Amino acid sequence: MSINIVNLTHIYDKNTPNETVAIDNINLEINTGEFIGLIGHTGSGKSTLIQQMNGLLKPTDGEIVVSGYNITDGLEIKSKRKKVTKQEIKERKRRLLEVRKRVGLVFQYPEYQLFEETIEKDIAFGPINLGLDNETVRIRVKSAMETVGLDYETLKDRSPFDLSGGQKRRVAIAGVLAMKPEVLILDEPTAGLDPKGRDEILFQIKQLHEKEKMTVIIVSHSMEDMAKISERLIVMNKGAVVLDGHPKMVFQHIDLLEEIGLAVPQISYLIRALNQKGFNLSNDIITASEAKEALSKILIK
Amino acid sequence: MIKTNNLYFRYSDEKEEDKYALKNINLHINDGEFVVIIGHNGSGKSTLSKLFNGIFYPTSGKIYIDGLDTSDEELIWEIRKRAGMVFQNPDNQLVATIVEEDVAFGPENLGLPSEVIRQRVDEALESVKMGEFKRKPPHHLSGGQKQRVAIAGILAMKPKCIIFDEPTAMLDPSGRKEVIQTIQNLNKVDKMTVVHVTHYMDEAVNADRIIVMDGGQIVLEGTPKEVFSQVETIQRLGLDVPQVTLLSHELKKSGIEVSTENLTVDELVENLCQLI
Repeated sequence: MSINIVNLTHIYDKNTPNETVAIDNINLEINTGEFIGLIGHTGSGKSTLIQQMNGLLKPTDGEIVVSGYNITDGLEIKSKRKKVTKQEIKERKRRLLEVRKRVGLVFQYPEYQLFEETIEKDIAFGPINLGLDNETVRIRVKSAMETVGLDYETLKDRSPFDLSGGQKRRVAIAGVLAMKPEVLILDEPTAGLDPKGRDEILFQIKQLHEKEKMTVIIVSHSMEDMAKISERLIVMNKGAVVLDGHPKMVFQHIDLLEEIGLAVPQISYLIRALNQKGFNLSNDIITASEAKEALSKILIK
Repeated sequence: MIKTNNLYFRYSDEKEEDKYALKNINLHINDGEFVVIIGHNGSGKSTLSKLFNGIFYPTSGKIYIDGLDTSDEELIWEIRKRAGMVFQNPDNQLVATIVEEDVAFGPENLGLPSEVIRQRVDEALESVKMGEFKRKPPHHLSGGQKQRVAIAGILAMKPKCIIFDEPTAMLDPSGRKEVIQTIQNLNKVDKMTVVHVTHYMDEAVNADRIIVMDGGQIVLEGTPKEVFSQVETIQRLGLDVPQVTLLSHELKKSGIEVSTENLTVDELVENLCQLI
């Protein structure tokens, strides 16, 4: 169950003076169960890409196929004809539901999207729209809450608005998990959280990935987090993919990453500086624990 | 510049009588000082910064900004003129459709003559290096640029102190760098008093003083070296230390004689070179 992105292009305001190419002919293959970090400075095209993967935007050209299902197909309403039949609208709705069943998207600051009276109702909103029966919905809500570390019995009847920021965010993530998507995309899930809250959410996502074999794509501005948890890092600039590989490989391109407005983990800078002083350390060290191991070998004789 | 005496604060919608968001804060921030406040979500750091600016008033105790009592309603505009505030979300702070009009909003409200406003706007935009964008609409700018415009809007009020409440939380690495550079310049070059609330520990290493908050109280205070060398305490409070400090700490634990006060790459490199 892989994701295939073929010749994907997105142009905003096409044929107007404001025409902007946001995605420029991207080709990507993502395998089932991968844990991917997506980085790039503001305006590099990351958000446009993930919105297309969820059917929120229709590509100008190219296609996205999720486990054999072409999610970019049949999304447009043919505007040239004056009348759109009810049948066409219904069919489009059905296809979008199919897309969202497969690809779950958690937006930035998702806690602002909570709206229901109780936590249970909020999380159940998606599954109910899938047409599931009450008991199945309840089971899904319960298990989604457990996954994000919220106790079902004590919290289900409370208002989501009484929770702290970090807990609200978990409710929002649970709402997407309850749809049981094959692919989970999160747009900066840790923005604005403190270090502890950040580590907890990342740990839960990582566990979800390991237990449920869910394909996960995280958009992030934190190079340190990506060094710690991602298995593959895709770097975007000006609507194109400029680097794609294991973070250990990607973070060796310090100059290129800085040139496109990004950075590398502090440890990568340290290793480069030490090697300039004659240390002979491997360039693929990106975390503090790896650095500790390598330095201990040199310094303890 | 900022002084608090036995400051307590309880949110007005808090039902429990003794549940204070801030407890017994006694703090003295000097003129020209660069103070960073860290603490986990809910530790009270943002609440405290909002009290500095007169957005909230103390439940008991006092805060003086440049000698002015913030609980005196008559003084509130004068206080906000002297202590400006920059918030997290750049999109929530810009009000006008053109950059220079946005920066002029504050001084216009002070009722200044138009040539003075013109001069202040130009100076403010120059000092955040956004002069060339003055006729652009804000929504065409990057996050870092928007934050710099927001800072310029405060500068045009000619404050003595600026309070930053997580100004980089929503920015990408280059945007963060721009904003941090701007904040440091304001302190070093323009001698402005800076209070900076953040979750990014690497933004705290250049501060004169770090204040660590937990449960509405100040639990740790000192220079960055003093604070971050207490790795275990910091981690217990749900916070981080810079990666090189963590590495130094770990190396020390395994018996290597490195200093635990390394905060930057350069410091650790120098330290390790001495050991070889």
